[in-house]
Amino acid sequence: MSSNRFFGRPKMPQRPPEERIRDFYEVPLGLPEWAAVEEAKRCLQCKNPQCVKGCPVEIDIPGFIRYLAEGQFGQAIAKIKEKNSLPAICGRVCPQEDQCEMQCVLGKKGQPIAIGYLERFLADYEREKGIQEPPLSKPRHRKVAVIGSGPAGLTCAGDLAKMGYQVTIFEALHAPGGVLIYGIPEFRLPKAIVAQEVRYVQSLGVNLELSRVIGKTYTLKDLHDAGYEAFFIGTGAGLPHFLEIPGENLNGICSANEFLTRSNLMKGYLFPQFDTPIKIGRRVAVIGGGNVAMDAARTALRLGAEEVCLVYRRTKKEMPARIEEVERAGEEGVNCIILTNPVRFVGNDNGWVTGIECIQMELGEPDESGRRKPVPVPGSEFIIPIDTVVVAIGQGPNPLFLESVPGLVLNRKGYIVADPETGATNLRGVFAGGDIVTGAATVISAMGAGKKAARAIERFLEMPQSFPQWG
Amino acid sequence: MAKIVHKEVLAPQIKLMVVEAPWVAQKAKAGQFVVLRIHERGERVPLTIADFDPSQGTVTIIFQEVGKSTMLLGTLEEGDEILDFVGPLGKEIEERNFGHVVCIGGGVGIAPTYPKAKALKEKGNFVTSIIGARTKTMLFWEEKMQEVSDVLLVTTDDGTYGEKGFVTHVLERVLQKEKVDLVIAVGPVIMMKMVSMVTKPHGVKTLVSLNPIMVDGTGMCGCCRVTVDGKCKFTCVDGPVFDGHSVNFDELMARQRIYLEEEQRALDLWLTEQAKEEAFRVV
Ligand SMILES: Cc1cc2nc3c(=O)[nH]c(=O)nc-3n(C[C@H](O)[C@H](O)[C@H](O)COP(=O)(O)OP(=O)(O)OC[C@H]3O[C@@H](n4cnc5c(N)ncnc54)[C@H](O)[C@@H]3O)c2cc1C
Ligand SMILES: Cc1cc2nc3c(=O)[nH]c(=O)nc-3n(C[C@H](O)[C@H](O)[C@H](O)COP(=O)(O)OP(=O)(O)OC[C@H]3O[C@@H](n4cnc5c(N)ncnc54)[C@H](O)[C@@H]3O)c2cc1C
Ligand code: SF4
Ligand code: SF4
Ligand code: FES
Repeated sequence: MSSNRFFGRPKMPQRPPEERIRDFYEVPLGLPEWAAVEEAKRCLQCKNPQCVKGCPVEIDIPGFIRYLAEGQFGQAIAKIKEKNSLPAICGRVCPQEDQCEMQCVLGKKGQPIAIGYLERFLADYEREKGIQEPPLSKPRHRKVAVIGSGPAGLTCAGDLAKMGYQVTIFEALHAPGGVLIYGIPEFRLPKAIVAQEVRYVQSLGVNLELSRVIGKTYTLKDLHDAGYEAFFIGTGAGLPHFLEIPGENLNGICSANEFLTRSNLMKGYLFPQFDTPIKIGRRVAVIGGGNVAMDAARTALRLGAEEVCLVYRRTKKEMPARIEEVERAGEEGVNCIILTNPVRFVGNDNGWVTGIECIQMELGEPDESGRRKPVPVPGSEFIIPIDTVVVAIGQGPNPLFLESVPGLVLNRKGYIVADPETGATNLRGVFAGGDIVTGAATVISAMGAGKKAARAIERFLEMPQSFPQWG
Repeated sequence: MAKIVHKEVLAPQIKLMVVEAPWVAQKAKAGQFVVLRIHERGERVPLTIADFDPSQGTVTIIFQEVGKSTMLLGTLEEGDEILDFVGPLGKEIEERNFGHVVCIGGGVGIAPTYPKAKALKEKGNFVTSIIGARTKTMLFWEEKMQEVSDVLLVTTDDGTYGEKGFVTHVLERVLQKEKVDLVIAVGPVIMMKMVSMVTKPHGVKTLVSLNPIMVDGTGMCGCCRVTVDGKCKFTCVDGPVFDGHSVNFDELMARQRIYLEEEQRALDLWLTEQAKEEAFRVV
């Protein structure tokens, strides 16, 4: 293969901030074909590729890159799809800098291969060309139920369907995709892409039952009685945490989940063409420093807020959000108020929030996460005047489903205890993966868990005697 | 998709629909609700399960047309389908023999009171029901409530039917004369607040069914949060039924007003469009 000696790692073309904050269209535009091919040529085709070790679903990265460099886009995408049924999504939202690209040998001295950009390029190429219907494998007449249609559930279902099982996904909401559809905004992950990836999974033969809340509409036992022999639980970490400080139920304060759900799932940004309203004040504060907080802040700007600030108790360096997203938020005008923690909300006589009383923080000793723990500076309280507050300080496990499964072992924080290699829980035939096991993590780790569980479910169904029992 | 198999107009702006939704009917219990969405651009509307029939696979909903979504729902006819119909959601009420139970339904709240009275009557409770409405024409389901009650008392605010006055007046009288073990009230928040204030000095346990604004109805957004006993609860998973003596009703009333402006805008726009369509039809 001819190697690329002339070009370095390409920059992702993106729309200018002043243009993009006026709408919800996607911000990064994708690499042009020539740039993708040149970048592919830069790959060393390592015999022992480190990059693959960084990918939770173990994509044959040099394999697909080689086809791409040769211009064989169809084969390249097929290579990716051997391991990853949702490449258009991963190419966009994977924290590549912490995963595949972090391991790439080229990154040791210079710039790692832009694996994520290449993955996105190929997935987009395929979408424009029309997705190939995969050949179906020999049907095996055994039924598996997947609870939740987030990335974990979709991946597990897709893989099981490829193995020939009859898979049904049960989803509580009226649209499939989990966080991909209700959480991550359109400008970062167009919903048409999620819909197309879902259609692909459906084309594998997966049945999708929307608006079915497992634990309420049906219990696992009901499904078992209906002939389902194995279960995958991918219900995510959808319970919003609040600060639990005075004044939090004032009007104008909502969780990031509510704010993003109103905007994304319910299309509140298109109100009144769509019926669900979303409230946005002149001055908006988002509390938190993760991906969710960035998404909420950037959404607030697009909804017409004049000033948007992030209130975060540590410094920019400790922010758990992807660097790329912090940068984009900054370019768009989101203002970071760091080392600041809210202590109470103040409101007016009509019950609306008017300000946040905050306290200054300083960084102390490292805590269990290895980050320096913020400690309040006594007497440093001050008030930030504000019209709208979005609380984005994390999520926990939603107890609704868990309460309906007596005997399922949960950990101290309320997440399901599952074998990291197989997803097996203490209940035989019940597997789990994604955020409901790990706590809020990433799309690709949820997919990795769904993948491992699919393999384990196959083993459980075909060789139950060999399947280890534990717990 | 859930098909509407029967529709009735119970009172001006109050409509009943029997909907084919076996997945809800088979699991429904008194106190629970559904969330429905009428069309692709619609919002998620929570409505209490007013009655259900597992053998027929049907669920009855009763709603008051107060804004765009409920008015639009009111335009659907028998044979039409509701796009999404999810449930049963929320916790059911405890069904056991408490002794003497007073069930209070105000306005459209009569509908959600019915399944609770029915379930408690079946458990052997002595059920006194008090139903009230603004005026005679707004009153419905008197006969149905009679069937599941040992005593039925009716009030109207303007005295056009039954006793003149509020349900709370009648309740006060009942509490003074008889021993009551449990009061359940469903209706406008202000009514539930007043009922709770009346029962408090008598030390009678009081349950109310709250109706905050909701989005998902599955515990994912926190929009429906209410303060109960000083703690933050999500109505859709922890409720909708709570102890009336512990609920912060004023906060709930304030929270129900969050989207007033937007709701009015949506309604005005829709009414204008409807009027335009109507004009076309006439021409
Ligand atoms: C705003 C936001 C931005 C993010 N950005 C990124 C990013 O850029 N990159 C990244 O890698 N990760 C990101 N994440 C994290 C990532 O989205 C999650 O880790 C991932 O979606 C978890 O997948 P999952 O399949 O476990 O669960 P989810 O995606 O949460 O899906 C769970 C699904 O299960 C359904 N469900 C729940 N309970 C029931 C029930 N009882 N019955 C039926 N269905 C049920 C839910 O409705 C939901 O659809 C972000 C998260 C958020 C909230
Ligand atoms: C658990 C639950 C059960 C309910 N059961 C019933 C029922 O059986 N029958 C019935 O008629 N209504 C019921 N409601 C109320 C019903 O959901 C609202 O009336 C409806 O969502 C209003 O939508 P809209 O678009 O027509 O009006 P909107 O334009 O959204 O609102 C019009 C007016 O109604 C108020 N409102 C908006 N949403 C709600 C809400 N969720 N609850 C109370 N007031 C609201 C607004 O503040 C406004 O004043 C219930 C609500 C909940 C949460
Ligand atoms: S799926 Fe994510 S981690 Fe794996 S190769 Fe693609 S971008 Fe990298
Ligand atoms: S480690 Fe980097 S250079 Fe080596 S195969 Fe992977 S992407 Fe190519
Ligand atoms: S309606 Fe979203 S949590 Fe209750």
